[in-house]
Formats: sequence, C-alpha cells, structure tokens
Amino acid sequence: MQLVIEAIISLLLIAGGVFVFIGSLGMAHLRDFYMRLHGPTKATTLGIGCMLIASMVYFWSVEGKPDIQEMLITLFLFITAPVSAHLLAKTGLHLQLPHIDTTEGKPVELRDEEVGDKPVPHPDRGHG
Amino acid sequence: MITPRSWLPTPVLSILLLIVWLLLVRSYAFGQFVLGGTLAIVIPLLTYRFWDARPRIKKPFKLLRYGLRVLGDIVTANFEVAYLISNPWRTLKPHFIEYPLILEERFTITLLASTISLTPGTVSANLRMDGKSLLIHALNVDDEEALIEQIRERYERPLKEIYEC
Repeated sequence: MQLVIEAIISLLLIAGGVFVFIGSLGMAHLRDFYMRLHGPTKATTLGIGCMLIASMVYFWSVEGKPDIQEMLITLFLFITAPVSAHLLAKTGLHLQLPHIDTTEGKPVELRDEEVGDKPVPHPDRGHG
Repeated sequence: MITPRSWLPTPVLSILLLIVWLLLVRSYAFGQFVLGGTLAIVIPLLTYRFWDARPRIKKPFKLLRYGLRVLGDIVTANFEVAYLISNPWRTLKPHFIEYPLILEERFTITLLASTISLTPGTVSANLRMDGKSLLIHALNVDDEEALIEQIRERYERPLKEIYEC
C-alpha cells in the first residue's frame, strides 16, 4: 500500500516537473510575445496542479487526514492565471509588439490608424 | 454595481471569505473565527463598489457540468500545448481571431474569457470597448470558423443558458 502511494506521488511529481519545464521551454523559445504567453498560462497550470496534488496525497498518507489547503492554491491559480495572461496580452497589443509574419488575422488593435490614442513609447525602442 | 445594503453588502462573499480564511489558517479556534469574521465584513465593505451585480445562476447543475467539462479541457489543453511546444518539426500557425460575443453581461463574459485562456491553444487578448467581440490569439489554427464554432457550442451557449436566458 505504502509502495502504491509512493509510486503515485512520484509519478505526479515527475509529470508536474515535465509540464512546468515544457511551459518554461515554450516561454523561452517560441517566436513572438503572443505565442510565448501560451506556455506559462497552460502547461504551468497543470504542472503546478500535479505537484500540489502530490503534496496533498503525501500529507494525507503521513498525517492521516486530508488537507485541502493545496486545493485552495490550485483554485487561486486557476482564477489568477487567465487574468494575468489577459492583462499581458492587452499590454502587448497596446505597445503594438511585433508578431511573426505567419500570424494570420489583422486585429484592429495593431493597426496604427485605428487605435484611438497614440501608443505609449516602447520601453526599449521608443516610438520607432 | 451592487447597491450598498447596510453593513453586509454581499453575504455570500462574506461567508466564502470566512471559510477560505479558516481553511488557510487550518485552525478552528475562536480567535480565528473573530479575525476571519472581521475580515469577511470589512473586505466587502471596502470593495463592493468594484463588484458587478452577479447574475443569478438559473441552472446550477449545468454549471457543475460546465465546471467539470472545463476541468477536463484544461488537462487536454495542457497536453496539446506541451506537444505543440516540444515538437520541433511542427510549424505553428498562430492566428488572431475576432470572436463575436452573444453574451451580454460583463460577469459571464469574464467567465468566458477566463475559460478561453485556460483551454486548448487560445488566449483571450482583448475585450473590445463595446463589449461585442473578443480578440483571441490562438497558437495553432487550421480552420478559423471551426474554432469559433467550437467555442460557441462548447462554452458560450452553456454559459448563456446558465446565466442569461
């Protein structure tokens, strides 16, 4: 029984680690800002979820009573991850960050003439 | 905006805050009830101006089913995105998509936008000021129409049923 629990915990930990790693990999090597957003918002959520479940199972087996604190962390993560991703994307659009040429679709937000206010200067490049 | 109603503008939120507080400190001592109770009363009083009135849930069971479906989709989304990222031979076809909304309430639109961000290959990027369309960035799309249709049938219609009609 102990062995089964340990196996489950280690599997979850490894899966979590792999997902978080792939998420960070995506952030490091995808081509443009908007694509990089996808890594941390998704792969990381499940990765951390796996680790938290592992922690929950571990303390359940050690202390003998279930502990739902980890569930709260997961819940907060699910609430905050999309909001921060949305804000980052909005900021990217506002700064008119470039996207790779194969991106299809031309959102109004990235056309100069239709954005109401002048875009704020880019932190590195100024308006140019 | 929620109309101020004496000292307890949002009773459900207050109870939720108290429960979360007790779970976080992992103790059910009397002192924690007092502290959590104070927070549960003070926080809504300070923040109720920022809250939209929450539309009533008309079909709670559908909401439960929706939650489970989203949870399942989050898992598949992770596998999909992990596969897309880690496969070096695949050329991605990123896509900006304008998604015409049929939802009207701000609260439900927020729910939809969060769902889109958490599920396969899409991040909601911008809600237009008029509240009629949502800009979505998708990581890899073959058929734009199909994706819009999928979001419409899978998430937006259930949300509409649960809250609005």
